[in-house]
Amino acid sequence: MMQYKGWEGFVPGKWCDDEVNVRDFIQRNYTPYEGDASFLAPATEETKKLWDIVCDLSKKEREAGGVLNADTKIVSTLTSHGAGYLDKDLEKIVGLQTDEPFKRALQPFGGIRMSEGALEMYGYKLDPDVKEIFTKYRKTHNEGVFDVYTPEMRAARSAHILTGLPDAYGRGRIIGDYRRVALYGVDYLIQKKEEDKLSMNGDMTPDKVRNREEVADQIKALKALKEMAAIYGCDISKPAETAQQAIQALYFGYLAAVKDQNGAAMSIGRNTTFLDIYIERDLKKGLITEEQAQEFIDHFVMKLRIVKFMRTKEYNELFSGDPTWVTESIGGMGVDGRSLVTKTSFRILHTLDNLGPAPEPNLTVLWSKKLPVAFKRYCADISIRTSSIQYESDDLMRPEMGDDYAIACCVSCMKVGKDMQFFGARANLAKCLLYAINGGKDELMKDKKTGKPMQVSPEFMPIFGDDALDYDEVVAKFENMMTWLADLYVNTLNLIHYMHDKYSYEALEMALHDTKVRRFFATGIAGLSCAADSLSAIKYAKVYPIRNEDGIVVDYRIEGDYPKYGNNDDRADEIAVWILKTFMKKVKSHYTYRDSVPTTSILTITSNVVYGKKTGNTPDGRRGGTPLAPGANPMHGRDSNGALASLESVAKLPYEYSRDGISNTFSITPSSLGKED
Amino acid sequence: MVGRIHSFESFGTVDGPGIRFVVFLQGCPLRCKYCHNPDTWGAGGKEYTAEAVAAQAMRYKNYFGDKGGVTVTGGEPLLQIDFVTELFTILKEKGIHTCVDTSGITFDPDNPASVEKHEKLLEVADLFLLDVKHIDEEKCKKLTGHGNAHTLAFARFLSERKKPLWIRQVLVPGVTDDEDDLKKTRAFIDTLETVEKVEVLPYHTMGVVKYEKLGIDYPLKDVEAPSKERVQNARRILYGEKHE
Repeated sequence: MMQYKGWEGFVPGKWCDDEVNVRDFIQRNYTPYEGDASFLAPATEETKKLWDIVCDLSKKEREAGGVLNADTKIVSTLTSHGAGYLDKDLEKIVGLQTDEPFKRALQPFGGIRMSEGALEMYGYKLDPDVKEIFTKYRKTHNEGVFDVYTPEMRAARSAHILTGLPDAYGRGRIIGDYRRVALYGVDYLIQKKEEDKLSMNGDMTPDKVRNREEVADQIKALKALKEMAAIYGCDISKPAETAQQAIQALYFGYLAAVKDQNGAAMSIGRNTTFLDIYIERDLKKGLITEEQAQEFIDHFVMKLRIVKFMRTKEYNELFSGDPTWVTESIGGMGVDGRSLVTKTSFRILHTLDNLGPAPEPNLTVLWSKKLPVAFKRYCADISIRTSSIQYESDDLMRPEMGDDYAIACCVSCMKVGKDMQFFGARANLAKCLLYAINGGKDELMKDKKTGKPMQVSPEFMPIFGDDALDYDEVVAKFENMMTWLADLYVNTLNLIHYMHDKYSYEALEMALHDTKVRRFFATGIAGLSCAADSLSAIKYAKVYPIRNEDGIVVDYRIEGDYPKYGNNDDRADEIAVWILKTFMKKVKSHYTYRDSVPTTSILTITSNVVYGKKTGNTPDGRRGGTPLAPGANPMHGRDSNGALASLESVAKLPYEYSRDGISNTFSITPSSLGKED
Repeated sequence: MVGRIHSFESFGTVDGPGIRFVVFLQGCPLRCKYCHNPDTWGAGGKEYTAEAVAAQAMRYKNYFGDKGGVTVTGGEPLLQIDFVTELFTILKEKGIHTCVDTSGITFDPDNPASVEKHEKLLEVADLFLLDVKHIDEEKCKKLTGHGNAHTLAFARFLSERKKPLWIRQVLVPGVTDDEDDLKKTRAFIDTLETVEKVEVLPYHTMGVVKYEKLGIDYPLKDVEAPSKERVQNARRILYGEKHE
């Protein structure tokens, strides 16, 4: 006997036996789909009308210089705004971040200065009362971090050897299990959290007090979530009973997260196979048609496309645009060998046809060799026409992550509802190598007081003389410098995340996680290929330092050629592997906040340009100020043996040392893939 | 033995079937006006042993799938025919599909030594991409500096020995796109038995930069890439009924 009406018709199991277990629900109830795309339905008239409204608003927003409207007074919370609509009569899935479409919310908990600055850039003025509250009475994450930064951290930050530290805005990257809202209803989730809280007894150590407070905040957030839905006339206290309700409840969960947090990446999880179960149930009962099923998905995706945050222009420069990283992970294989592709996997990709191509949501196919052929063909077809699908290797991630993980941002995987992460920034290893050569003096920055080169690290012994650089000597110094940098980086993140938890805790997102959650400590590195090529040049060619009047090495003269990373040449590729392993080992040797599991990523997809601007001439011949390569890419134009050689070099980087992801940006024109259609 | 190599392409998709490891050999006796690899004409290149090249290629075996393999091109790869034969012998032992992209210029039917060398190569080469340059002897001389007798003889030689070949025609407006010439080429193709495919390769100007770098005057300065219609027309004629 099923406990709730919403569960009728579902195969029972652990998921409904007094525990929250969405994966178990999916495994017992989903219908793998091996067929092709011929069943898909076109956009309905309502969908087209609604999408016209969005297109019109997008046009107006562009004309207005990037922001159409912004809240200057109401601080965004789950229940801060009344209901907002594109067109109430047409929308099948409702809910906006504020009370009007394209009106950006005011989210000052990460930092009031960021809010104020962003508003000013677009011609708005922050309400003075709000400013007073968040400077005088309510401390923000940003203020907390700057209260505790050490002078060394500040120096590393301004010299940009550490870049992109989430110290003034939301860290993001946390994915709530929004499916729980649909499957269990909010009351059940509150009840489970109450039970968890009751079990947190014993000595009230600071850790335990914090845990209790966090769960209390989670419960409050869940209550607010219900209220938020009620503003739109929806009751989500009980499990969803129809597909439309399920999509709506899931979306409310996500909407609450983006009302609460202006995070660097606000990914949504892995939802299509879950939702397909509800759609299948309704289709079987004859409650809906395929047209309606597609309409729900189209309207849902439309909402995800118009998620917007108020950010400064520098922030947008760093990320080359205004990304929200609403990543939705699609497909993949189950650990039991069944494909997790369902008809709704097709339906969500079909939105790229019904609504046209778009970068958000970031539709990400978890690719496996074993995916059904018809689905692979459909993906290829959509990719060719829209270039809007991201692919990731499920075969690589599944062994460790199982079959219910999702991607945060672009490549970072976590088990949905079970893992979270403390994300932040990049250590610039190309610059670190320059510090090794110059004893920790910055090659570009001057000390404001003395006018001499700025000493960022403690004074290490630099390289002396004008002879060709000695590989062993440089490597030894580089390793020392990496020891310093890893220490500083980890500890900078430790205090950033402490403050984020304290002043901008993601209560709603964490309410949709298990209380006992696994935490990752997600570091990142930039400039890998530049550092590898630089060391290769020092090893295989002759590299002579060129000094300025202060004795700082500011340029290099290279005699002879050297093997370059990106040509499947082990001599260079092994250097890259060594750098990654060495740096990661050093990261791992430190305490990481809340005993999180250290990981790293190599995925500067756009910010490599900004990092390059702050990095002087490097021993590989790269000119100062020019971009570093994105992610784990070879340096631009140095991979001269074609695409596979380049990819093979990247593939040598061991995933177990870069568990948070490795990215390789790879563009190819259709004609270079062959001559025929 | 060593070969002189200009470069490698690990992801070749246009020189033979499937995904191919492409070896560009250095040196060419022709001076085709439309050549987009003038940097492979003369001396130079880097020396590699056949084993070393085979080892390079084998790194990409997983990408070859059912159809892919290794293609040698250039330059004119058969200027170094002994090297190619040795390389392919190694690759065939490993079960790799082998392909030569050639003009056939090195084949001299009246020279038994030349015939023997090419016979030997045929034992280890699975497919030939034969660039016919120009069907008209005089125009061919004007275009490449050499006549077409060797090329056409090599085509017949391959056909007689039942060796699969693809015929390639680079389409240059005003040079190789004359309808009558194209029809003659098709008529020649019809005399061959083992032509699996005919490819019309539209002339492009991507090689111009290389000429500038090398300080060579570009001979087709005023020639533009052929229009879609001209390409379609050439394809219609050259593909005939058999090779649509």
